[in-house]
Amino acid sequence: MDLTILLVKGIIILVIFGVTLLIATYSTYAERKVAGFLQDRLGPNRAGPWGLLQPIADAGKMFFKEDFIPSQANKWLFILGPSLAMLTALMSSAVIPFGDSIKFGDYTVPLQAIEINIGVLYIFGVVSLGVYGIMVGGWASNNKFSLLGAIRAASQNISYEIALGLSMIAILMMTGSLSVRAIVDQQATFFEWNIFTQPLGFIIFLTCAFAECNRTPFDLPECETELVGGYHTEYSSMKLGLYLFSEYTNMFVSSAFISALYFGGFHYPFMNEVSNALTNSLGAVAGHNVATAIGTVLFFGKIFFFIFFFMWVRWTIPRFRYDQLMNLGWKMLIPLSILNIIVTGGGLLFNFPYASWLIVLVMVVLAVMSTARAPKRQMVPQQS
Amino acid sequence: MSLTNRSKQVSNKEMTLAEKMYLPAVAQGLAITIKHFFKKKPTIQYPEVKRYLGPVYRGHHVLKRDEQGRERCTACGLCAVACPAEAISMVAAERKKGEETLYREEKYAAVYEINMLRCIFCGLCEEACPKQAVYLRHDRMVPVFVERDEVIYGKDRLVEKMDDRYVRIANSEVKATPTEPSLTRAAT
Repeated sequence: MDLTILLVKGIIILVIFGVTLLIATYSTYAERKVAGFLQDRLGPNRAGPWGLLQPIADAGKMFFKEDFIPSQANKWLFILGPSLAMLTALMSSAVIPFGDSIKFGDYTVPLQAIEINIGVLYIFGVVSLGVYGIMVGGWASNNKFSLLGAIRAASQNISYEIALGLSMIAILMMTGSLSVRAIVDQQATFFEWNIFTQPLGFIIFLTCAFAECNRTPFDLPECETELVGGYHTEYSSMKLGLYLFSEYTNMFVSSAFISALYFGGFHYPFMNEVSNALTNSLGAVAGHNVATAIGTVLFFGKIFFFIFFFMWVRWTIPRFRYDQLMNLGWKMLIPLSILNIIVTGGGLLFNFPYASWLIVLVMVVLAVMSTARAPKRQMVPQQS
Repeated sequence: MSLTNRSKQVSNKEMTLAEKMYLPAVAQGLAITIKHFFKKKPTIQYPEVKRYLGPVYRGHHVLKRDEQGRERCTACGLCAVACPAEAISMVAAERKKGEETLYREEKYAAVYEINMLRCIFCGLCEEACPKQAVYLRHDRMVPVFVERDEVIYGKDRLVEKMDDRYVRIANSEVKATPTEPSLTRAAT
């Protein structure tokens, strides 16, 4: 690898790092804004135009608060907790291909921090490390409520990671590669996007992604009513800020991952036509770069939609009870994802990638039948 | 016996398969929340936009003058007696010759002070006043103060100006209850 490519790679890594942080920052603002809109309020609108400076004001407040470490806490682990959470959250964006490639001179550089053929495995490894951030933080606080929250987080993350992995296996079987770029490239035509070939896998993956990010309805590690606050009860100032921030970073990364795996990444319908038209009019190099830019912008559009979806769900669905959460994970999602693998495998034998629609069809039929057979709800007249 | 007609029968029936799948209900919920996303917000942006609070609102105090510009207050002290928060204090003085254009009665309040920290805007002073001299304006709020010496309002801030006379009418044209213009924040 010569120096120019190394330099460009370095710039790309820095840009991705910066963009991740920026998006995470403004996710906190967007969350409040979206929450406000969904609840017929306005949300923050005092700091700057439309409240756009709100994240900066929040950060300023966070930095100036007292940084308190409980005397009985394990000091180093206490500091390590939020650092780990932030570190793992930031690491996982490295293998996501944000665009096709940029050409300059004789070089063609893929718009991705590192292109490795074990990309998916890398993300799973890093994501499963993410639970240490919460676990270490909750344990080091030396507070029973924090510990309970951390344990809940750990068991939830471990449970849903299985279903997450299993639902991914179907995609890996179809692509035959662990590289995220290969998975994205396989979805070049619109109806081969994995959302169309793997609808069930997508729903399972999405649910598990919510659980992995500790987002509502799976935000059991933090709970005011049962746990005082959760794993971050004892945290104050920027340490708490890092925990909350890592949640938003995770949200961004998982949104990017979902759109790369199931929504064709930087691909869009009629991409080849657009790319050809651009290369014809602007020349090979400039046209290719512009086409890449369009793809990247659309990819970010998909990411923003999913970030919005995360927020939308948060203000819609109430938190699960813990046994319901575990039942859903172990008794429904894992069997379903195994079934999905089997059916997808069967479909691949006969060269039919849309096989998992069969499961969806059967499930819909069963659901409709069960609703039709269920006893009608009796309207009891009010006694006065 | 029930107090409302909104009570619901609790049922612990087994969920059907469709309900156990959660997804139909989740989709339903998402549809409801996204509808609210596009709804018009009922929020009134307070310091910039002010509602008209009606003719019964009790705001800034005013010591009335009569039509010839004479102060109506005769310093009888009934308002101070009526005041449950003991916010009002006054010093009475006798009207001198030549001051007939200033004060309507032979006795007047040389000093009339309302402690705005104590005032609870109950309006009892208004009711107690036999001379219709003290009112709580319905169209003006007491501005926020940040300095300690701004707290006690003397006659300089209470006696009404002749070019800004206070009339209590239920004016439907007044859409907002305005404060002093210097205190409204610039719209952000």
